[in-house]
Amino acid sequence: MNRFDTALARLDATLHPPALPASDVAYALHDTSLGRLVVAVDAAGSLVACSYDPEAQVAERLARTVSPRVLRQPARLDDVRRQIDEYVAGTRRGFDLATSAVSATPFARTVLAALARVPYGATTTYHALATAIGAPRASRAVGNALGANPLVIVVPCHRVLRGDGSLGGYAGGLPAKRALLALEAAHLPGDALAAPR
Amino acid sequence: MSVGLPPFQQLVDDHWRDVARLAASIAGPREGNDVAQEAWVRALAAYPTLAHARNLRSWLLTITARTAIDAQRATGRTAGRRADVDAAAPVAAPSAELPDEELWAGVAALPERQRLAVLLHYVGGLAHREVAVALATTPAASRRLVSDALASLRVALGDAFSPEVP
Repeated sequence: MNRFDTALARLDATLHPPALPASDVAYALHDTSLGRLVVAVDAAGSLVACSYDPEAQVAERLARTVSPRVLRQPARLDDVRRQIDEYVAGTRRGFDLATSAVSATPFARTVLAALARVPYGATTTYHALATAIGAPRASRAVGNALGANPLVIVVPCHRVLRGDGSLGGYAGGLPAKRALLALEAAHLPGDALAAPR
Repeated sequence: MSVGLPPFQQLVDDHWRDVARLAASIAGPREGNDVAQEAWVRALAAYPTLAHARNLRSWLLTITARTAIDAQRATGRTAGRRADVDAAAPVAAPSAELPDEELWAGVAALPERQRLAVLLHYVGGLAHREVAVALATTPAASRRLVSDALASLRVALGDAFSPEVP
């Protein structure tokens, strides 16, 4: 502390952070019943992150793989957050979002593209997914790719189980995976009119 | 991208207050926020072109100093500065404001390079080596500018003036 600091300390209440224009990457923190998500879009509005990882880790990954101009600008994520809320509430079964898994390796992108074809309420296995991309012996690599899924929920890695029917792993923790599977099972198309069993 | 720049938001979170304080000290309490805002916009635009991720704080404060000077040159140096300081002073605690008003008026009256040097050093916390980079001069010249500024402030504010807290 010096003489200038003590004078400036009296101004502190009038100082505020900058309001920056839309830039290369905007992100927001989004709390859901499944856990806290970090969601991000690029300048074109494509979803580039939907992750359970901590804010600093996701922001650093985006800085490295998309652009260092990464800003926390929640207003640019309003549509993304609304769609996630609807999904978690069971009123939405698919996402109307452009996506870009830029931080994924080429192999992981192949896995994620195959996964995107697994419909709401259905499940598959690591082995079936490996077979679907023509690499039937790569179950473990498929599991690793899913573990690093940069777009959780939207790219439904929670729909992938072990061959014996057990849950396997999940970036958001097994309770979140269990909750997502239960959510989808409870909101299958047509079930709205089905009689309770 | 290969130079490992941190996400820009981290710079904002870590340094926005330091930038705002430096801007307020150079441009005056009323213009400070506008200058800081403009400095951040400039920094954001230039950020991806940086060749390395070292001394980012010093880089931000240098941009802030230049932005403040540009803003002042654009509006012209007017006698309104002192009036602005008065107008922007909080209504409460009037007795506590007097020493600050004198300080800011004394700072505002300094020659531009002395003012930048003393504020970058004492408000920005930059070493003379970093002040020298910001002002495109040498560390020795930075030291001289700062000591000349302090001498002027002593004349303006009384012999007892010291940048250290009394």
